[in-house]
Amino acid sequence: MTDRKADPAVDRRDVAWWSDKAVSVLVFLGGISAILFIIGIFVFITREGFGFGEHFKAGEIFGSTRWAPTSDSNPTYGILALVAGTASVTGLAMLIAVPFSLGAAIYIAEFAKGRTREVLKVLVEMLAAIPSVVWGFIGLTIMNPLIIQTFDVPIGLCVLNSGLILGLMAAPIMTTIAEDALKAVPDSYREAAEALGATRWQVTRRVVLPAARQGLLAAVLLGVGRGFGETMAVLMASGHSINLPTSPFDSVRALTATIAAELGETAVGSPHYQALFMLGILLFAVTFLINLAADLIVRGIRKG
Amino acid sequence: MVTATPEIRVQNLSIQYGEKVALAGASFEVMPNEIFGIIGPANSGKTSFLKVLNRMDTFTPGMRFSGTAEVGGRDVRSWRNLYALRRRIGVVFPLPVGLPLSVYDNVAFAPRLAGVRGKAELDAIVERCLRRAALWDEVKDRLKALGSLLSGGQQQRLTIARALSQEPSILLLDEFSIAVDPVTTMRIEDVLKELKQEMTIVLVTNLVQQARRLADRTAFFLMGECVSVSPTEALFTGDADPRARDYVEGRFG
Ligand SMILES: Nc1ncnc2c1ncn2[C@@H]1O[C@H](COP(=O)(O)OP(=O)(O)OP(=O)(O)O)[C@@H](O)[C@H]1O
Ligand SMILES: [Mg+2]
Repeated sequence: MTDRKADPAVDRRDVAWWSDKAVSVLVFLGGISAILFIIGIFVFITREGFGFGEHFKAGEIFGSTRWAPTSDSNPTYGILALVAGTASVTGLAMLIAVPFSLGAAIYIAEFAKGRTREVLKVLVEMLAAIPSVVWGFIGLTIMNPLIIQTFDVPIGLCVLNSGLILGLMAAPIMTTIAEDALKAVPDSYREAAEALGATRWQVTRRVVLPAARQGLLAAVLLGVGRGFGETMAVLMASGHSINLPTSPFDSVRALTATIAAELGETAVGSPHYQALFMLGILLFAVTFLINLAADLIVRGIRKG
Repeated sequence: MVTATPEIRVQNLSIQYGEKVALAGASFEVMPNEIFGIIGPANSGKTSFLKVLNRMDTFTPGMRFSGTAEVGGRDVRSWRNLYALRRRIGVVFPLPVGLPLSVYDNVAFAPRLAGVRGKAELDAIVERCLRRAALWDEVKDRLKALGSLLSGGQQQRLTIARALSQEPSILLLDEFSIAVDPVTTMRIEDVLKELKQEMTIVLVTNLVQQARRLADRTAFFLMGECVSVSPTEALFTGDADPRARDYVEGRFG
């Protein structure tokens, strides 16, 4: 019998042990830095924006549609019109993008075959890569005259225009993510259901969609976030005029576009500057709430 | 021999995946209310054969078959409504695939597709099928729980219950007992003997003795060839094919 005691030379820290340690430190730094950046940005925006406190009149800010920070005699900071602008454009965009992109995702993931599917996937990904300035340009030069002609309205830079543009922008990303969610449903489910005589659509509706609902919800919320935060295309296609929209043909101005257009022209630390940062806080908070809601819904689904 | 119409008839059936031949020129018939065993070593084409019967080949790009394959006297390729063909045929896969639904909904899936809506009627179907699959007593208190939370053997019986829920005229079992304990396997085997009154069963199995216990006739597949089709006992006496006898006696390869 050989000595059954372990040879002490076996227990040493070898290359694999050290590289494991090194990698775990590196990925820890990567993970923690993301958190630090977010906190840093939050602190910065908050500090700049909270200086607005002394001019802060809740009734005026949330109750007035008059956004006139540069007025000498009577500067007002009502954001109602801006919020309505962002909400109407994003809302319309989602109305367009959600059904289209879910439809496209279902087609690509469940119905299309072979080459058609591959070609479509590549095309959708290419669409997703178009820069937002280009979308804005399309809104300005193609959609604008088209809307003026078709609907016989004086101006085509409006909720309809920017909603369409934003919807088209958000759709490819939503499609890609939704398709990933559908693809994550194991094929064995599809085979099992089809073996029971279910048609493609029955399989999709009764098995695949319920199994993928978390991912689909994430896709939709990401689209909402995209629409909400988009700046350039909205700036170019919305008409950028302060308005409480009453029809899709009204020009509006979005929160994001306001910040982008005005921040460069304000003096650092002035009330106007601080008011813009306050808008930033608002955007930040809403995005945060959307994400939080998504997270809670997803958790709720997991439990139930 | 009575001249009934065979429930399944294949004539010179060949199956290919791309260029690779999985089954070459098989010809035999399966009679109504028969338990028809298929045995043979791995990769001999048993599963591929089952896939043709309910046209599961559509899931596998590159899978093709030629020759005749008839179910109920009708070529499987002549069905305009593939789904109707599949509803006639219940399938149990080797590894259980529970749909991501509750135990109840798994079993009620096919009846619902077929348009059954009444709660009482569904309840009755679910209970009957679960009893037949020897699962009812174990799950009757947790019908609303996810099917995937059951044990492996229970899940397999759930898929058997599900296959029965569409009241198929043919039941295809592909190595159903792989994940089931011996006692339960015996219970299911008893159920299969009863089900024989109502349907035709094709039983692919790696357990030679299981074929011997259940199958009226058994085909022996070997490397993509249907070597023999005979009454099951003939395999053991060597009256079928010497290679079949070698296989059932474990003197192989
Ligand atoms: N999806 C597929 N793509 C390519 N070749 C396949 C596919 N499925 C099966 N084959 C091939 O077809 C042949 C027969 O496979 P099949 O699954 O019918 O065998 P089997 O008799 O069921 O084996 P086992 O007892 O291991 O289940 C094998 O050589 C296998 O490699
Ligand atoms: Mg097999």
